[in-house]
Amino acid sequence: MAELLLMKGNEAIAEAAIRAGCRFYAGYPITPQNELCEYMARRMPEVGGTFIQSESEIAAINMVYGAGSAGARAMTSSSSPGISLKQEGISYLAGAEVPGVIVNMVRGGPGLGSIQPAQSDYFQATRGGGHGDYRTIVLAPGSIQEAVELTMLAFDLADRYRNPVVVLGDGMLGQMMEPVRFPEGPPPAPPPKPWATTGMRGRERPNIINSLYIEAEACERHNRRLMEKYRQIEAREARYELVDPEAEYFLVAYGTSSRICRAVLARAREEGLRVGLLRPITLWPFPRAAIERVVEHARAFLTVEMSAGQMVEDVRLAVEGRKPVYFFGRTGGAVPTPQEVLNCLKLIREGRGGEW
Amino acid sequence: MVMQRVFGRPRSLTDAPFHYCPGCPHGIVHRLVAECLDELGVRERAVGIAPVGCAVFAYNYFNCDMIQAAHGRAPAVATGVKRSQPDAVVFTYQGDGDLAAIGTAEIVHAAARGERITVVFINNAIYGMTGGQMAPTTLVGQETTTTPRGRDASYHGHPVRIPEMLALLDGAAYVARVSVHAPGHVNRAKRALRRAFEVQLADQGFSLVEVVSACPTNWGMSPVEALRWVEEHMLPYYRLGEFKVPGQGEA
Repeated sequence: MAELLLMKGNEAIAEAAIRAGCRFYAGYPITPQNELCEYMARRMPEVGGTFIQSESEIAAINMVYGAGSAGARAMTSSSSPGISLKQEGISYLAGAEVPGVIVNMVRGGPGLGSIQPAQSDYFQATRGGGHGDYRTIVLAPGSIQEAVELTMLAFDLADRYRNPVVVLGDGMLGQMMEPVRFPEGPPPAPPPKPWATTGMRGRERPNIINSLYIEAEACERHNRRLMEKYRQIEAREARYELVDPEAEYFLVAYGTSSRICRAVLARAREEGLRVGLLRPITLWPFPRAAIERVVEHARAFLTVEMSAGQMVEDVRLAVEGRKPVYFFGRTGGAVPTPQEVLNCLKLIREGRGGEW
Repeated sequence: MVMQRVFGRPRSLTDAPFHYCPGCPHGIVHRLVAECLDELGVRERAVGIAPVGCAVFAYNYFNCDMIQAAHGRAPAVATGVKRSQPDAVVFTYQGDGDLAAIGTAEIVHAAARGERITVVFINNAIYGMTGGQMAPTTLVGQETTTTPRGRDASYHGHPVRIPEMLALLDGAAYVARVSVHAPGHVNRAKRALRRAFEVQLADQGFSLVEVVSACPTNWGMSPVEALRWVEEHMLPYYRLGEFKVPGQGEA
């Protein structure tokens, strides 16, 4: 069995990327993800890969677009303000169907915001983020071990669907340390990429990576094909964890918030409240099936986020008005406490949901 | 009598007819680049990066692997390709808005890093595709749709000379400016482009050739008038020559 290592989230994600065969990384320093960039600077040359400290976030994502086009497993990482800069490039990756992995260690916003953990980039991550109709697969780890597994999965999904994949963490997951185990053995060989622009090298026709369809009908056909791909992803790739499916009340939370909510479950029991936890692992596609499993017997849902209320919209869309959906959030880098969440649950039981 | 074929379409161009306006030099420069790829025998490992601008469809014309890039980002995309496929021959083909305005950061830092890429930079002093707005290289006094009374240096700022700037960077190995307004200049342009690709093949660093070009359509001139305007107005400001060559430092 592989060795158990104590690692920071940012470093574990970087190592996981390398174990997944990532051989190109470009990034720009920004707190709280600097250790990821620094780890790559140290580690990439050891495995024959490329590390570039780019002149900007915009350049970094476009380098990923180039490396991905040439068939490499490529990644960039940043935190919220830097991710905003990358949106142009992410839209091109989606439009030209170039695989790439983007890590966002979310911090408080808007603007320069704060450097503490937040979940306020949910809309940006799950709604596309840049211009045009597109989706990125969004993976939200709840622990460092899961961050390792999801980072490796991100490269597989990016290649399988030729689509950008976002690993959405936060400053807490990036900075904290936990024991992790990496799978042993060499990285899996990426699938063949006959579409890649590597130079023709005996191929009969040139490969072209492009997102321009100058005629409206052609651009619509392209969009329809992308939408069909997104429907397949929705059908196959939604992932979640459901704790106590028979519970009366359900907390819905991902990432760091889900860890706080998990700590509430036992304390709620002591107060005579049976509370379950629904933890989306993919934020897009949103795991609507998890809501379906519990919505008939659930009394109410409480969505807990480090935001002003973003994922709660997806919860409401999935619940479709059948049961009350409440929201509790902290913003700007503040983290909810278990006591705050418990207080909300007690108010919901008293029929005073939302009075906090 | 034995017939010898002395002129034909370069293998590195497709059969697609150019969409460019009458009198536009893009076709000439495409051809020169294609001839270089043919002569150096690198078409099969060439990867070209098309810009946003009039040359956006370059991927239809070059008969090699091509990537269409976001506006100004071609040097970053080329960096990703070249670092992942070091034996590929990577070139970008960019206009003045793409390279000298929105993509200034990308071109400067690709040069500073000494990326082993070749940049073909078309300077026609105007935004062509969007209909004739001021470019970063628009001359002082030149009328465009966004400088309707002529470019006023105190109000719109000064035109940008890219090769002179980039020649200051240690990572830039070969930097030149050429023109294609007359046959002799076309031949010189070809030599510069070939040299730029050779610098890449010799792993010597970053190379860029600015081609002073014309835009009869948006300048509101006939093709012949436009070529005369290049000679009389563009070349005094945009000095032709090699600004940096390997081993000799800044010229």
